[in-house]
Amino acid sequence: MQPAIDLRHIDVTFHNKNKTVHAVQDVSLEVEPGDIYGIVGYSGAGKSTLVRVINMLQKPTSGQVIVNGHNMETLKAKELRAARRKIGMIFQHFNLMNERTIAANVAFPLQDGPLSKQERHEKVAKLLELVELSDKANSYPSQLSGGQKQRVAIARALANDPEILISDEATSALDPKTTLSILKLLQSLNQRLGLTVVLITHEMDAVKEVCNKVAVMENGRIIERGSLLELFSHPKEKLTRDFIETSTQINQALPKILAQDNIKHLQPGQVLVKLAYQGANTDEPLISGLYQHYEVAANILYGNIEILQQTPIGHLVVVLSGTPDHLDDALENLRTDQVTVEILKQPEEAHD
Amino acid sequence: MMTEIARLMPNVVSNWSEVVQSTGETIYMTIVSGIFAGIIGLILGIALVITQDGGILANKPVYQVLDKIVNLFRSIPFIILLAVIGPFTRLVVGTTIGTTGVLVPLIVGCAPFYARQVQNALLDVAPGIIEAAESVGAGPWSLIFRVYLREGAPDLVRVSVVTIISLIGLTTMAGVVGGGGLGNLAVSVGYQRFENDITLFSTLLILIMVFLVQGIGDWIVKKISH
Ligand SMILES: Nc1ncnc2c1ncn2[C@@H]1O[C@H](COP(=O)(O)OP(=O)(O)OP(=O)(O)O)[C@@H](O)[C@H]1O
Ligand SMILES: [Mg+2]
Repeated sequence: MQPAIDLRHIDVTFHNKNKTVHAVQDVSLEVEPGDIYGIVGYSGAGKSTLVRVINMLQKPTSGQVIVNGHNMETLKAKELRAARRKIGMIFQHFNLMNERTIAANVAFPLQDGPLSKQERHEKVAKLLELVELSDKANSYPSQLSGGQKQRVAIARALANDPEILISDEATSALDPKTTLSILKLLQSLNQRLGLTVVLITHEMDAVKEVCNKVAVMENGRIIERGSLLELFSHPKEKLTRDFIETSTQINQALPKILAQDNIKHLQPGQVLVKLAYQGANTDEPLISGLYQHYEVAANILYGNIEILQQTPIGHLVVVLSGTPDHLDDALENLRTDQVTVEILKQPEEAHD
Repeated sequence: MMTEIARLMPNVVSNWSEVVQSTGETIYMTIVSGIFAGIIGLILGIALVITQDGGILANKPVYQVLDKIVNLFRSIPFIILLAVIGPFTRLVVGTTIGTTGVLVPLIVGCAPFYARQVQNALLDVAPGIIEAAESVGAGPWSLIFRVYLREGAPDLVRVSVVTIISLIGLTTMAGVVGGGGLGNLAVSVGYQRFENDITLFSTLLILIMVFLVQGIGDWIVKKISH
């Protein structure tokens, strides 16, 4: 199947006075139809710049942008506008027109289109119903809450029946509950309308909630990418792990764990490890298996198991105790079982 | 009432027809030059916004030229402008004197001022709103008329009020080229003939006009902003 979005070797360079910023560097990205593709990264990583390239709000310095099979850069102005109508976009600050009613905001993208006034009216009513804001049709944006404003923005983005929806930090200004409702809305649009979604965020929780694929950006590059499950259970890059940890709270727990007396002074034959695993590997009980096969005892200090896309993903911090050989074997075996093992602490060298 | 005014302002009453005529001239100059300066300034202001760096039709050479022209004409004091563009004025309206002769300098003096005001008002429209409109496929016309002018409307009314008031101020100098108006009445009748009540009354009329314009402007802004 042809990808919905195919970015090839995209570079975006800004020249500011005497400074040059390489906002995006050699990024290639394929988004399949029906994906909810998360792009995470800290502020300034180049996420917005990258997605603005998709609908040519930002022209790439070099590289190819192919959306639904069209090379966006070769389009004429009019064709580009038509192509943009098939790519909805929502923003952190909603960007609604303050001097227009909610209905008029949603109707805005339809004004240049082929619909009659009556048809536009009906379409707007349908869209407002979709985002559950029919009763606000004649209100103005200033009278709405953040979550409601974002719903209006979503309705506007959907007005021309786009195949792709780009969400640039659309939930960053919202509280957790509202964030969740917006994410669920995006997910249901994805499922019901087959909408392809690109979701930019710096909140891993949002990604966990709805994405099936994730890319991690740093300094203008995608440093790691894959399916949500893959990334969560086997993160390779430090930054990816940081992001995951912010969402599992494991990094809040770690200092407390490390401050415990018995952890400060690990005995010989003990090791503090972090285990990350994904459902399929855990049909066999992980912890009891260690004891049965290797006589390695595991003391669980921290555990977090969550269900991502119907698959449990676990993060454990445990102290393993056993003879050195057994420990090595046990760790080796865990690794071959696709459990990511990170050694956090080993006993200090005996000083006698 | 009338006798009271006649007692306080005898010269106003005895020169009543002149007062009426001068008021009419001021209103005429303000409205006619306001309409033309408004149209020219609005077009210039929009052109500045869309051609500037990052604008929807960014074009550096065009912007630079417009920017320089606006700055140039804004720096020339009006009283000098009256004289300097004399030949141009004659070309356009056939005369450099009288109420009609002063219209061209008023327009030339006011339009660049208004253009800057319009530019600033439109720049206040959040870039994100423009971007959102672009992202749903809006073209330049749509962006100008349906986004910039619509979203900037309350600010445009505000800056229009400021411009009209400053225009009323400019019309008071029309007397220099025989353009009449309340400024002329206040100076060449009231001041030079020591008929102070006329000066006072002219000032009062100008103030009433200014407050009226301001009041109507505020009312419109309140009416149209959400
Ligand atoms: N128009 C521009 N001109 C110059 N530099 C820019 C421009 N847009 C972005 N940049 C720079 O490019 C880099 C990437 O910016 P970008 O907005 O894409 O980051 P981001 O990942 O979206 O960050 P955030 O999470 O804060 O939104 C930053 O260093 C930024 O300063
Ligand atoms: Mg951003």
